[in-house]
Order: sequence, then structure tokens, then C-alpha cells
Amino acid sequence: MALEKISKVTGRGVYIPGDDIDTDRIIPARFMKCITFDGLGEFAFYDVRKNEDGSDKKHPLNDPRHAGATILLSGSNFGCGSSREHAPQALHKAGFRGIVAESYAEIFFGNSITLGMPCFAASRQDIREMAATIEADPEVQIELDVENRSIRCGEREYPAELRDSARTALLSGKWDPIAELLEGEEEGEATARSLHYVR
Amino acid sequence: MAKSLFDKVWEAHAVRELSSGHTQLLIGAHLIHEVTSPQAFGMLRELGLKVRFPERTFATVDHIVPTDERNEPFSDPLADAMIKELRRNCEEFGVTYFDIASGRQGIVHVVGPEQGITQPGTTIACGDSHTSTHGAFGAIAFGIGTSQVRDVLATQTMAISKPKLRRINVDGKLAPGIYAKDVILYIIRKLGVKGGTGFAYEYGGEVFDRFNMEERMTVCNMSIEGGARVGYVNPDEKTFEYLKGRPYSPKGREWDEAVERWRNLASDPDCEYDDVVNFRAEDIGPSVTWGITPGQGVFIDETIPDPEKVEEEQREGVIEALEHMKLKPGSPIKGTPIDVAFLGSCTNGRLTDFQEVAGYLKGRHVAPGVKAIAVPGSMGVGKICEELGIDKIFREAGFEWRGAGCSMCLAMNPDKLVGDQLCASSSNRNFKGRQGSPIGRTILMSPLMVAAAAVTGQVSDAREVFGVGSPNLVEV
Ligand code: SF4
Repeated sequence: MALEKISKVTGRGVYIPGDDIDTDRIIPARFMKCITFDGLGEFAFYDVRKNEDGSDKKHPLNDPRHAGATILLSGSNFGCGSSREHAPQALHKAGFRGIVAESYAEIFFGNSITLGMPCFAASRQDIREMAATIEADPEVQIELDVENRSIRCGEREYPAELRDSARTALLSGKWDPIAELLEGEEEGEATARSLHYVR
Repeated sequence: MAKSLFDKVWEAHAVRELSSGHTQLLIGAHLIHEVTSPQAFGMLRELGLKVRFPERTFATVDHIVPTDERNEPFSDPLADAMIKELRRNCEEFGVTYFDIASGRQGIVHVVGPEQGITQPGTTIACGDSHTSTHGAFGAIAFGIGTSQVRDVLATQTMAISKPKLRRINVDGKLAPGIYAKDVILYIIRKLGVKGGTGFAYEYGGEVFDRFNMEERMTVCNMSIEGGARVGYVNPDEKTFEYLKGRPYSPKGREWDEAVERWRNLASDPDCEYDDVVNFRAEDIGPSVTWGITPGQGVFIDETIPDPEKVEEEQREGVIEALEHMKLKPGSPIKGTPIDVAFLGSCTNGRLTDFQEVAGYLKGRHVAPGVKAIAVPGSMGVGKICEELGIDKIFREAGFEWRGAGCSMCLAMNPDKLVGDQLCASSSNRNFKGRQGSPIGRTILMSPLMVAAAAVTGQVSDAREVFGVGSPNLVEV
């Protein structure tokens, strides 16, 4: 299972302001009544995007100027709450390939990396500046550089944080760990045998 | 060298280091439910893989089950498809499944301990963020995503980096009417909803020593609301006592040997922590949330914050929260009218929660216009409550007494808020839309505070409503 090596993600951005955006907000629970992840994309941020009658609310994701954006920018503690992988799956299926936020909840971060979707952390000020750049010119290209842990937004470059393990996994094409875990089967067996309660 | 329980368990389960720097960690018990597992089984089929240790994998159905009309087919075809899919997956892959007919169904975090699957020193994983609950037994328990559910199914291991360890001490004595829920809401309020990111929490101190297992579970459950993926309490005699004789607990000589091992698990007294935080029990009051994160809380006699008076960093968040909650800055939270009272969830849906409330509820009645529902966390809890006549006390007080499940904690079943109803809830999350209506509102609190709100029709101080601390209470 050779996976793509992800060293750069490039695309247009959209800024969804707010801290502590939880996974219930990213994908409301009622859309998890499904047995596949297909079709989740259209429900991303549903309740903040749509009125009860299905008409659009004012929301960056409804703004035609940001249609087709592939990089999502937001505030701190992004993806907190429920462990539902439906959240990053919905974002991925909605076309997002990278996220820039001040910080992330841990489970969301891990789930996203496993999908090959880098989550870069940047400072509040830098994110606001990038948001302003996007606001002024929605066509501006944003580039997440995994190798150098930096973000280019238009003319400017910003430092970013990305945990070593995530960086290595993305760069080496091992962001989905299943192949490597399967290779460790014998050692796993040995560990299991050494524990009284497992075997 | 002195070691923490966390280090001992981690080292015993670490298989090897992966190229990314993650540890490949063996998972002792894997708990699954209908919402986050179907895609994982789908991936297994696609890859042509089996479940590696089916005998260490346990399934139940909780999120989507109706709590009133429980016969299949369910009225919601999507929910019905999900329960059928879980059954099919468990049959095909040989996984133990606690379904409704078994009488052992319930919220996965209530069922694990109840069945004796959750044991000291085990590693536990479940596709659910409140897996931290199981840490109450001195297990290291992680909430995981669906791809990781696949990993654990296929290999009984997962890739994870070791978090740092923070010890949280709560010493002193809680006043009457102050509960485990108040303790964890207080901790989250003080350390913040992201304060625990990157940490495992070890809870200890006099308050935890005194807590029974269910109170410890309440606190560990909400670790994730404070950003910590793992929370645990060192096991002690109460832990062993709780587990003795449970279906999956070791028996006979194996039991004695297990207890012998478990006694050595607790963190060594001089072990090192990356951080230590100390709280005083006397500082903790009955807590309620006013906002849309579990960290946005106050004591019952405090006022709702004024965005003008909070730090700039928090201002936008406070404004957004108050807008959603339709609450007035600067006014008391006490007296806020409620529409619904929900008693249940993996935080506070256990026997002692219902027992405690029943003692005070006897002879009282839910206020007119309030919909009050009591939902046992498992069929096991429901059954004992029924044997003790607790259900009757709730029914006579005007509560609906329901079947076991997650119910209105996240409203994936028919139990939902309607419009902007405000719910006094014993659950763990007050996120926007959490209880089924995008504009629905949630105030988190302890079970007795929920009962007080139900009885008075408004957010109330349970100590006043029920005379907590007075000597003439009915014992159940
Ligand atoms: S009771 Fe609520 S928090 Fe607990 S598992 Fe169910 S939905 Fe999740």
C-alpha cells in the first residue's frame, strides 16, 4: 500500500473564524447515521451554513468567492469534542486538503493526518493576516510546506508548527499507519503473550 | 526507578517504535459501537483483513437506539440499518456483541466497567472520545477515530505518541451537595478546554480516595472536555471491590493473582510528573455552564459573564456563546427557566446517580411544562433501579423512565430538543446543536442539580431545593 508522499499542499483558502470549533459543529451527529463516509462532504458545517428550511446562511463556506477553496483556516482548539472521524472526512470530502489553525484537539489532529490532510499550527496574528489577504484576494494561492514547516500566503511566508511524527509520516508517505502496523504482527504477538490478561 | 501508573502500563504494552516516531501500542480491550465502526469493518473487508483478537473486542449499540419503543425494526430506517450492520459485522468477524436481547446493552462506557472488561493496567481503545472514562479503574483508555478502529481491529495495536503526564490533586472535603460532576466542571473551568492537550491526567488526592468508582468515572469521563485524551485514577481496594464477581473479571485463583498484580500498578509515590496542579475541595461549588463549551461555567450563585469585562482573548467567544444561549450578561444564572431535564449519559447515567437523586426526589414533582427524562446508562443499571423501586420514584415525580442508551446526550435517536428549548442536562457537552436542535441550548450540571431544575422549572441550587445536608432524608 504505497501512499503518496505529501510534501506540499497548495490551493485557495477560506477562513472560518472562531475558537473551540468542535466536531459536532463540523459534522452534526444526525449526519453520522451512515455506514460509509461517502456523501459527508455536503454536510460539513451544515448547521452554521444552513437555515432550517435549507436556505443558505451567511457563512464563509457559502461565499461564492471562496468556492473551491482547499485550505481551511480557523482559530484555536480546532476539532475539539467528539472523536468522530466523520469530521475530517467531511472536510476532506468537501475538498479540503490542509488546515491552518492556532491549535488542534488531539484526536482530530491524528484523524486528519491519517487521511493525509496536514494540520499546520500558526500564530493568531499570522492567521488573521492570512485571512485578511484572502479576504482582499480570494484567488491568492496558499502553500503549506510540510518539509520546511512554513506557509506561504501570497507574497508572505509564515512559520508553522507540525509535530515531528506527523511531518515524517506525511513526507514518507506513511500517514496511514496500517501497513506498518501489520508488519509488526510478530512483535505484537509477543507483547500480547507477555501480558497476563490478553492471552 | 519510580514510575507512574501511566509509564508502567505504557511500557508493558509498547510493541515497538514506528518510522514516524509513534509507538505501536498493544490494545488490551477494544470496545466498539454502531456509529464509528461500520466504516472500519468496511475497510477491513476492502483490505481482506480479519479481526486480529476477536475475543478482546466487544460491541454494543448505544448512540442510535431509541429509548422508548425498542423493538426492531426501529422507526428510523437509518438507525435500523446501523444496528443491522453492527450485528452483521460482529457475526462475520466473530466479535462479542451485547445487544438489547442480551440484557447487557448500554452506553459503551457504562457497559465496559459493568461487565468487568475494564480492568486496572489494561489499555483500552474505543471509537469514542469519552473512552477516558475507563481510566477510573487505572486503565489507560484512548478515544480513537475510525481509521484507528480499523487499525485496532486488524492488528490489536495502534500508532500513538506518548503524552505528557499531569497530576491533578483535589484535597480537602467536598461540602454536602457537591458532586464529582462539580469537581470536573471546576477543573475544566480552571485549566481550560484545551489545557489538557498533549497530556494524560492522573487524578488523585483525598477527594478521589474517598470517591466511589462511579464518581471517579464521572471525572475521568470528562477529561477530554479539558483537552486531555486520557484521564485515570490509581486503582485501590474500591476498584477491586467493584470488579469482583463481574462477568469478565478473573475468577478464583486468577482473581487473587490479578489483584496481586493490580496492587503494584499505582504510581510510585516519588514518581515524576511533567506537571502538578493542586485544587482545594472547599473551593468547589455546585457548577453549571452558561455557554457552549464545558469550560464556560460558573457556580450556581454567580452571574453570567459580561463580555465587556472578560479578557480580550475570550470576548468573541463569550459574545457568541451568550447569543446562542440567549442569556443576559451580568444576570444571575439561577432562575433561568428550563424546558427539558435530561438525566443520563456516560457521565452521569449510573446506579449511584439515580440512587442519589431518587433519595431527594421522593414526594416531589416535575414543574408544569417541563419535560423530564431519566435514561439509565445501561440495561443493567435500569434493571437494578427497577429492582430497587427507583424507577417508580422517578415516574411518580413526573419523569419518563426510559430504556438504556445515549439518548439526548447527542440526540442521534428520537430524543431531541425542539427549537431553542433549554435543557438542564447531566451529560458532558453543551456544544451548539449537541442535543439535536441547531438552536437548542444546554446547561451542564450534576444529576441532583438536574432534578432541582426539573422540580422548580428553572436553574436552581439543589441544596436549597432539597435541603441537602438536612438529616431527615428518605433513604433508598
Ligand atoms: S452518552 Fe453521550 S458522550 Fe457518552 S458515549 Fe453516548 S453520546 Fe457519547
